[in-house]
Amino acid sequence: MGSKSSVFDMIGPVMIGPSSSHTAGVVRIARAAIRVLGGSPENAVITFYNSFARTYEGHGSDKAILGGLMDFKTDDPHIREAFDIIKERGIQYTFKSIGNASVYHPNTIKLVLTKGAKTIEVIGESLGGGLINIAEVDGFNANFTAQSHTLIIKAQDVAGAIAFISNIIAQEQTNIATMSVSRKGKNDLACHVIEMDSGIRATTIDYLKTIPWIKDLIYIPDIDL
Amino acid sequence: MNQMRAFFFVVNTNGIGEFYKRINPNNMSFLFDSFKGWKQYCLDKDITLYDSVIEYEMTQKNKKEADIWTGLGKAYQVMKEAVDTGLQEDMTSRSGMINNGAKKVYKHPLSVLSPEFQRLIARALAAKEVNSCMGRVVAAPTAGASGILPGTLYTLQEIHQLEDQKILEGLLVGAGIALIIEEKASLAGAVGGCQAETGSAAAMASGAMVFCLGGSIDQIFNAVAITIQCMLGLVCDPVAGLVEIPCVVRNASASAIANSSAQIALADVSAVIPVDECIEAMGEIGASMETRYKETALGGLAATLTGQEIAKRVLIQDIEILPDEELPQ
Repeated sequence: MGSKSSVFDMIGPVMIGPSSSHTAGVVRIARAAIRVLGGSPENAVITFYNSFARTYEGHGSDKAILGGLMDFKTDDPHIREAFDIIKERGIQYTFKSIGNASVYHPNTIKLVLTKGAKTIEVIGESLGGGLINIAEVDGFNANFTAQSHTLIIKAQDVAGAIAFISNIIAQEQTNIATMSVSRKGKNDLACHVIEMDSGIRATTIDYLKTIPWIKDLIYIPDIDL
Repeated sequence: MNQMRAFFFVVNTNGIGEFYKRINPNNMSFLFDSFKGWKQYCLDKDITLYDSVIEYEMTQKNKKEADIWTGLGKAYQVMKEAVDTGLQEDMTSRSGMINNGAKKVYKHPLSVLSPEFQRLIARALAAKEVNSCMGRVVAAPTAGASGILPGTLYTLQEIHQLEDQKILEGLLVGAGIALIIEEKASLAGAVGGCQAETGSAAAMASGAMVFCLGGSIDQIFNAVAITIQCMLGLVCDPVAGLVEIPCVVRNASASAIANSSAQIALADVSAVIPVDECIEAMGEIGASMETRYKETALGGLAATLTGQEIAKRVLIQDIEILPDEELPQ
């Protein structure tokens, strides 16, 4: 067990039913994913795995994921009409369900989202109580909760990269809660995922983007805000 | 400190928490470990139960007091709206198993006990039906038990003409009760069965009701103890895995039990087994409950002939099974 719960975990969250893992958590996975993409997608391929593969329709997780792709919050009553609204907005989507991906968490969703020339792949897990873990972004291990402010930086595997990035964040007077770095191979691209207790300024984000060895940077503020 | 911890660990494996509590009895972080400790804390500081919950949220979660009251006000508003929505709008679930039951109960011409009891049951059903039909609810403590606090508190407020502020204080008492249950047992059906969800919600409701009616700390905790005694052992066996059957009717029965327990506790009839021990019993039963009774839809009502037929109808059958070489690594 981590730290103790809040009063508003006991009296809350305010959410669209029926189940925190099948609706609230699913909405939040989609809201995190569209922030990785940088907006609502034009096309979405949604795969429900394992337990979710059989149960997503009965629990309305299909409406929840589409609502989340349109950035509806977990307590937005429009989630119920997500099929109609997404049709109006012209967003294309396909559902798939795969029952035997045993390496994945029982309640896993993969989203492949396209907007313009950009396509991203996000794998999210709904952990219960509306809590989520974004397990992968574009094939890199990510493992963030989207409950705090998250920075995802894809960078060349240069010496001193971690020290440089954490130094910049320190100048923002913000505290790093978790930091993980993974790479696909030696001297290949590394993916830095940093969760921070508070946000950082847009100017700092812009500065980081100018660093030659930083190839891609995604900033995801607390998705519930 | 670390040396001291190591030393005590050697002497007495259970003594670490007790030791810290003794050297620092006013440390908020220990407040919601037990009902005994919660009562002592309030008596020592001469504050009410709900004051201590406010203090906990401010010191441990860095919330401002005004924001806490605003958040509670919003939660209670959503609870009342869920009751009203469930009694006014169409409530048919995608599976069809939930089909406007609350409205039928509310409008039925024959009252079994009294019109108030009839309304209590209808309201608990209504708020929970809203949850099953993808409407907006407050998970209190969970979505599966989201009809119990709305049904009981809405009805209590109506009968006793209570101010909203009193109900919000009652919600804080309920939150304190849930924090301790979470610490000592569980609030999740997947961990402790239905007793952990509807049982905990009924305990929160019963304690909140006794508080709202002016009961003492002992009476409030006695109501919690009696409610838990009545809800012990309830398994989580949802048909087709959906939060519908028997979840919806159990929200009604749990609301009735919250009321009967409050009535017993207000009259100072003792639960005999102290509240902390009742919660421990719930934890013990939850721990030894078989997995098929913990939200897996493999036992109980879910495993009945009809339950399985419904599951076949509502669950997706044409899912892909990938060959080994195509599976994610």
